[in-house]
Amino acid sequence: MRLRTGGQIDRSTQISFRFDNRWYKGHPGDTLASALLANGVRLMGRSFKYHRPRGPLTAGSDEPNALVELRSGGRQEPNTRATVIELFDGLRAQPQNAWPSLSFDALAINDRLSPVLTAGFYYKTFMWPAAFWEKLYEPIIRRAAGLGSITTKPDPDAYDKGFLHCDLLIIGAGPSGLMAALTAGRAGARVILADEDFRMGGRLNAETFAISDRAGSDWAAQTLAELATLPNLRLMPRTTVFGAFDHGIYGAVERVSDHLPTPPMGKPRQTLWRIYTKRTLLCAGALERPIAFAKNDRPGIMTASALRAYVNRWAAAPADTAAVFTNNDDGHRTAADLIAKGVKVAALIDTRPDAPTIAGTELLAGAQVIDTSGRLGLTGITVKLANGETRKIKTGALGVSGGWNPTVALTCHQRGRPAWDDSIAAFTPAGDLPPGMTVAGAAEGQFSTHAALAGGAAKAAQALDDLGITARTPDLPQAEDAPTKITPFWHVKGDKRAWLDFQNDVTVKDVKLAHQEGFRAVEHLKRYTTLGMATDQGKTSNMGGLAVMAELTGATIAQTGTTMFRPPYTPVAMGALAGRSTGPDFRPTRLTPSHHWAKEQGAEFVEVGMWLRAQWFPRPGEKTWRDTVDREVRATRASVGVCDVTTLGKIDVQGRDAAAFLNRIYCNGFAKLAVGRVRYGLMLREDGIAFDDGTAARLAEDHFVVTTTTANAVAVYRHMEFARQCLWPDMDVQLISTTEAWAQYAIAGPNARKLLQKLVDPAFDISNDAFPFMACAELTICNGCPARLFRISFSGELAYELAVPTRYGDALIRRIMAEGTEFGVTPYGTEALGVMRIEKGHAAGNELNGQTTALNLGMGRMVSDKKDSIGAVLSRREGLNTPDALKLVGLRPKDPQTRIPAGAHLLETGTRTIAAHDLGYVTSACYSPTLDSYIALGFLKAGDTRMGQTLRAASPLTGEDVPIEVTSPHFVDPEGERLRA
Amino acid sequence: MIIHHPLLGPCDAQEFTYMGDARLIDRPDGMAEGSDAAFHDYAYLRENPAGEHRELWFHEQGDRSWLVVTRNTLTHEITQVELARDVARKQGRSR
Repeated sequence: MRLRTGGQIDRSTQISFRFDNRWYKGHPGDTLASALLANGVRLMGRSFKYHRPRGPLTAGSDEPNALVELRSGGRQEPNTRATVIELFDGLRAQPQNAWPSLSFDALAINDRLSPVLTAGFYYKTFMWPAAFWEKLYEPIIRRAAGLGSITTKPDPDAYDKGFLHCDLLIIGAGPSGLMAALTAGRAGARVILADEDFRMGGRLNAETFAISDRAGSDWAAQTLAELATLPNLRLMPRTTVFGAFDHGIYGAVERVSDHLPTPPMGKPRQTLWRIYTKRTLLCAGALERPIAFAKNDRPGIMTASALRAYVNRWAAAPADTAAVFTNNDDGHRTAADLIAKGVKVAALIDTRPDAPTIAGTELLAGAQVIDTSGRLGLTGITVKLANGETRKIKTGALGVSGGWNPTVALTCHQRGRPAWDDSIAAFTPAGDLPPGMTVAGAAEGQFSTHAALAGGAAKAAQALDDLGITARTPDLPQAEDAPTKITPFWHVKGDKRAWLDFQNDVTVKDVKLAHQEGFRAVEHLKRYTTLGMATDQGKTSNMGGLAVMAELTGATIAQTGTTMFRPPYTPVAMGALAGRSTGPDFRPTRLTPSHHWAKEQGAEFVEVGMWLRAQWFPRPGEKTWRDTVDREVRATRASVGVCDVTTLGKIDVQGRDAAAFLNRIYCNGFAKLAVGRVRYGLMLREDGIAFDDGTAARLAEDHFVVTTTTANAVAVYRHMEFARQCLWPDMDVQLISTTEAWAQYAIAGPNARKLLQKLVDPAFDISNDAFPFMACAELTICNGCPARLFRISFSGELAYELAVPTRYGDALIRRIMAEGTEFGVTPYGTEALGVMRIEKGHAAGNELNGQTTALNLGMGRMVSDKKDSIGAVLSRREGLNTPDALKLVGLRPKDPQTRIPAGAHLLETGTRTIAAHDLGYVTSACYSPTLDSYIALGFLKAGDTRMGQTLRAASPLTGEDVPIEVTSPHFVDPEGERLRA
Repeated sequence: MIIHHPLLGPCDAQEFTYMGDARLIDRPDGMAEGSDAAFHDYAYLRENPAGEHRELWFHEQGDRSWLVVTRNTLTHEITQVELARDVARKQGRSR
């Protein structure tokens, strides 16, 4: 119900929202949980295992119970905590883990089965037979388990990533955080103040005590107003700092538009921030922990501070009568605040026999709550009084306080372990904090408002002092300074189930069972019972669980220790982690200089690394891609074809030692390559395996242009820089990647020279005598356009590669096509390129697959032993040079029209298809329009001695088994007459 | 992590490509008699210390320097960053 006055909600505006198929009304400033409570709804979810009815346990991000599915369609979000969902008009949420309805859930039968469904139930029950797992057990368990369901539709919203830098990051905007921000902000330091709540102020918004002469929430608002005027300070509400990473880097998620029905135009839904800070002040406050007692999970039972927050901040009472169960003085505040707000408090039950008295309600000192009633919501509690009598008390709400746990999570993200402090019965930050981090306020175990204000100011000044910035501590406003008075009390003894972990349904009994079965270390306890392993990561449950374990083992809590805290502090959406890197934007797309022209021609494109390359150029009437590719190959071999080869890596190598350097990078010799000549080069890895191949053209005595394969351009460049800087630091050689600086076209076919002669300026002679095979030159084309010409051939035809500065790439392809009309010049794509290189027997990526050596590739003799080159020594290892080493061979099917499956293995005819008979494998396969036959390349044991043999290529995957003949890999023009023509 | 590049100042580790043990600088002489064993060790054996480690990082999205970074593998504390070229020269490498 909604109280008639009070609360930080805008009562002048009413907004509608829908939950569990019903419409309700709330106000701006509400959370979904507070608005539902105001509407008399306590039941908000079902528990994970027993499907028990549940309402909110907390009023913040530590919520284990009130999990809902928010929004619908592509925006549907499961496991969203109703306690932190900011209410907006038209909000729709559905309960989850309940079928057919929230108030009647069929799987609540699990609750009746609870004596069986104890910790380790699944481990013990579904052990055998193993075959039952996949078909029977797993589907059943999967259907019963799990919380919300995820949508399979794409998320329509954008997520951003951003970077921030500051001197001081303050995490948490409660009294200590605000005071710290005031101190650091006024000193002129670059400050970020981040808080997960949409309303900054922390507990000040949920409490009634004053700061100076005004309400705590008013002081917070006023302080925030001043902070907002400081240009050096950034206020970040709705921002959760979820992880402390190395070297002062923090991860944070800002919920930019989660409080709106849909993100505004151009705004992301959430932003993932990477914050680089010199110092960090953790002011994350503390979280109240419950006490375990029989049936302590009914809707209406919550932490005392949550009950207080709902009443004070949201003017929402879960019921008109409440009770409080506490072991410390703070619980008394809840009772007092409820009374002040007109909520009847039936009783204040304090486990301490010497509890202080309270006005306005009956104090039951030395008493314990031993049972509760109410099927879908609390109706009453049973209390065992100090004198041993029991009393039943009618109440619709119960606030429980077992004390407060400082929020130490972020202090532990770099191996830090908190230490137990008996005076407040809680763990506080200790040792191995992330470098540069200090802690203030309740997070440090300083629970009074005065201590929080003072600590925030002092710690901020100290952090700035470290950085050489002088800060004056502001005058501290007056605030309460009550000492922490608590007598630890963890659970009420009894036979009935008493919940510790509400979300994963772990009870005191389960911890006892874990103890009995030997899972006594906290990390074992956690994994055996799943305590603290739910989406709330045990914020409200871990402490109780390990206290019970400590009691059972007879050890102290300090000796028992805690489990590890790891990022993220609260769940982070995958969308936020992905940012803009989704779909086609997952990585950059690189376009070739001829891309737009190729698109105009109707080319099909294929992704090669990050590049989009034309795969083929279909023409009207061609029914399949094969028709197109066959035509492109035939046309090129018959007259002339052109292909964009810009994507090949290009590395400019200059310096007096350029030749000597390349001589060490390539396994074959480069020292004596003449100026104006090109040579094929093979690079090895240091372990002797082939790394990459390409050409190096010597444009001048001290200037080479090296090409790499498209896929390895980055790796080869990195490797060459390593050799240059780390291995031979005094060589006079410089490298630069020029892949994108030059547009390069392969012009191939018997008419290639005739076509080129129309382009190259007449001053340059490119006749066969003047510009033979493997020549290169810098020249001009088309009346003065600078260009580089290389007479190299991947297709086996008379061929050239012509390069111009990238900005002329588009003009050049159009010019080539225009000038080539008389020869019927045909553009070809990567597929025809691949077919022609297989026909010619050139190795490519499929053959240079990271497992093959120069010997395997048929280039064993290229590895020079006259010089030291990378990989040469280990390439001579015995194991890589056995007589039956794999050799690159050509393969032709006995029936030319039967395809050879790529990846098939080569076996003797008549043997069984088993690994023991394996002779090698097929690496590249295609249909050769030149030979009118399918062909393939592959590696075959002692392949050079098997020419003419009949084997079979078997692919157990596809069921194909093709008789083939072993041939030379050079199917077309083995003598190389065409390319020298 | 943040790497303090000797020329460029603090840079995010994301700008770098990692290669591993800085002993890769100590490449044996391939023309020396019986260098196989030395090359085997060079190519395959690495220290994997729990503690201080000297390792190679390439500033791939920066100035393309290779750096030798001394990093504690337990705490990620970085105590020294040098240009790999300087280190190589100090170790007697030249041409």
